[in-house]
Amino acid sequence: MTKQPGERAQDVTTVSSAEHSRRDFLYIATGAVGAVGAAAALVPLIAQMNPDASTIAAGAPVEIDLAPIADGQIVKVFWRSKPIFISHRTKKEIEEAQKVDVASLPDPEADKDRVKEGHDQWLVVIGICTHLGCIPLAHQGEYDGWFCPCHGSQYDTAGRIRKGPAPKNLPLPPYAFISDSKIRIG
Amino acid sequence: MNLQRPIFALVLAGSLAAMAWPASAQLTEQVPPPRLKWSFAGPFGKYDEAQLQRGFKIYKEVCANCHSMEMLSFRNLSDVGGPGYSEAQAEAVAAEYKVKDLDDLGNPIERAGRLADHFPAPFANELAAKATHGVAPPDMSTLAKARSYSRGFPWFIIDAVTQYQEQGADYIAAYVTGYTETPKGFVLPEGGHYNEYFPGHNTAMPQPLQAGQVTYDDASPQTVEQYSKDVAAFMMWAAEPHLDARKRIGFQVMIFLIVLAGLMYFTKKKVWSAVH
Amino acid sequence: MSGNSTYQPTNSVLQWLEKRLPIGGLVHSSFIAYPTPRNLNYWWTFGGILSFMLGVQIITGIILAMHYTPHVDMAFRSVEAIMRDVNFGWLLRYLHANGAAMFFLAVYIHMFRGLYYGSYKEPREVLWILGVILYLLMMATGFMGYVLVWGQMSFWAATVITNLFSAIPGVGDAIVTWLWGGYAVGNPTLNRFYSLHYLLPFVIAGVVVLHVWALHVSGQNNPAGIEPKSDKDTVPFTPYATIKDGFLMVCFCILFAWFVFYIPNFLGHSDNYIPANPAVTPPEIVPEWYYLPFYAILRSIPNKLLGVIALFGSIGILAFLPWLDTSKVRSARYRPLFRQFFWLFVIAAIGLGWLGTKPPEGIYVILARIFTFYYFAFFLIVLPLLGIFEKTKPLPNSISESVLGAKA
Repeated sequence: MTKQPGERAQDVTTVSSAEHSRRDFLYIATGAVGAVGAAAALVPLIAQMNPDASTIAAGAPVEIDLAPIADGQIVKVFWRSKPIFISHRTKKEIEEAQKVDVASLPDPEADKDRVKEGHDQWLVVIGICTHLGCIPLAHQGEYDGWFCPCHGSQYDTAGRIRKGPAPKNLPLPPYAFISDSKIRIG
Repeated sequence: MNLQRPIFALVLAGSLAAMAWPASAQLTEQVPPPRLKWSFAGPFGKYDEAQLQRGFKIYKEVCANCHSMEMLSFRNLSDVGGPGYSEAQAEAVAAEYKVKDLDDLGNPIERAGRLADHFPAPFANELAAKATHGVAPPDMSTLAKARSYSRGFPWFIIDAVTQYQEQGADYIAAYVTGYTETPKGFVLPEGGHYNEYFPGHNTAMPQPLQAGQVTYDDASPQTVEQYSKDVAAFMMWAAEPHLDARKRIGFQVMIFLIVLAGLMYFTKKKVWSAVH
Repeated sequence: MSGNSTYQPTNSVLQWLEKRLPIGGLVHSSFIAYPTPRNLNYWWTFGGILSFMLGVQIITGIILAMHYTPHVDMAFRSVEAIMRDVNFGWLLRYLHANGAAMFFLAVYIHMFRGLYYGSYKEPREVLWILGVILYLLMMATGFMGYVLVWGQMSFWAATVITNLFSAIPGVGDAIVTWLWGGYAVGNPTLNRFYSLHYLLPFVIAGVVVLHVWALHVSGQNNPAGIEPKSDKDTVPFTPYATIKDGFLMVCFCILFAWFVFYIPNFLGHSDNYIPANPAVTPPEIVPEWYYLPFYAILRSIPNKLLGVIALFGSIGILAFLPWLDTSKVRSARYRPLFRQFFWLFVIAAIGLGWLGTKPPEGIYVILARIFTFYYFAFFLIVLPLLGIFEKTKPLPNSISESVLGAKA
């Protein structure tokens, strides 16, 4: 370490340690401020990949008129780019769903927990197989529900997994009845 | 032998002569619009919500009959840094509009607008838009940034320091109030209208606004001058919706960089003191 | 790359890596222990600033490419969607557009530094030529990037610049059609410009590696223009050059931030906020400021082919500079006559830039011809002759002597 101009030999220890701590503080302060800046600069670079305003707006809730859906008919709509199955269940389909022993199901869930109170005839589920993401086919399979052609998963009339590799029941999107014949999904 | 001085003098004289040289007839003359005071000018500028709402009313009731605003959506009306409508108010505005869509069987229908919809265009296509005045009315989404006027040397350097970025708004406000009688000797082509500030003075659009034409909800004067300022401010927001955030973040960034520069300077001095 | 074996990592993992891929040693010898002349002034920080700006442009560019659509019907709208809807999209766009301007500002300062201090002279000729190649790549990249916005100025600048190639006798028109991919600038043109605009910055990065390699073979030039003679003449790159570069980099960022946050459209042309219309030519077609001097040179020559030759020649001539300048003295500090001609050259370059914004008629075209003549005369007449006739000032004995005075 070269001697600083004006530094006297006998004062070396005291002067240089004070100098050291002042110098260190400056270096630490500069480094810290620089690091804060670098971190702040990262924020927009990462945030830009999140859904942009138009995508979020396009994912706004949709209202579906249930009146044109006939008894036994299943309609497919899209919300947030996901297929939603709206099933107008027949009496037979509702009975089949309700009389199953819940404890024996691979993903136990009662039928009443998968429909809105007073609206048993309407089943609204996200039509994406919980195995690896294919769209199951309606009115097929042994359980009168859906059959996924990709790996053979089978769902019942409540959209619950009964057979095959899928681990979970078809999930429910957030939705509510805004009148007896209209629902808002999202 | 010092060549620098005489040659420099010659160059300077030449440049001054060039600046003073009258513009040739080929260049379209543009009368510089007057500089107005804008709430969004300067480093701490912000849009005035009430002004943007008045401007929107003018756009909606008058301009939208011919001018599209394709890049703006109804949801933008409730965005931060904008006119300050609530989401419910923006939804209500959207619902007033008819938007083209298809029904479930693929037939074209018209339905009420939703937040996510863009402002619908008044004309079905370019040709229909051109029919009335021979020129399609330009889309207004970026118009306030697409219009400017040159200030020449040394003003453009001063403008960089004073941050004068409102040339478009000044021009639009001047243009809207700039319709006058055609002066003697000026030949106005068929279908054209004389405007003081339009480059070449011959503009296709007839005077769009008359005093009292739009009723304001606040106590602002319902003069063409006020309308011109309000609609220009609204168009500036339509072109640059994130101006408030940009200037606010800019201030924080500048302070940070100045502090960091100071620290770096003293660190550099300290490091180099070992060598000097 | 000097095989400096002073790097001895204490960490066992680093030792393990060093035996297999001596990247630690390379970084150490190139950017930490690397001997740097002690008398470098702030004009030498612009190389580092350029590397920083290349990084900024690549990062912001890759991010913009995640949101941009390169189709004539959607390009302009996708840029507006970035400005309006993408989180911080306005910031990324303004950083990229103004970043290009800052990149060129830094490169011009860097080049003029090289010109003034004779950094192009033996043994740095290849370093200089690699720099000219980098400059040409930058110009191509900047031009194509501007076209991507697909505003009025984008479209018409593309039309004018691609039409230049029709001046080539015989094959000119075929080349232009080949560049366009059609009968006019259109969608095929836009798509290929997008592809190349994404590619070239990485080519630039590769040539930068060669450029820094060539630099490290000869070592930096310095304001005195004399080579380091002993250890007293140099300091290790880190921390000395690192902190000095870092300081000016932050100051440069202050200027950058001024543009991005307060006057983001100052350097652009308002007509580029009008979507491209092939049926309507804007009242004036003007390139971005960093191309203006060459635009003025092009328009000052009345003949189309000769104008194009002058345009490309004015950049190409830079590559011959190490051989055109015959002086044995490097730095302008010790070349009083050269200094005057240098400053006249700077005035001519700025003058040409200003003239590039003016219509090519009357006094403007006369001045443009005078400045163009001086531009070429500087390289072809002045520099070769100066080396023979100039009386230079005596050089200092060593770098440390020039910094510390004779007592060192």
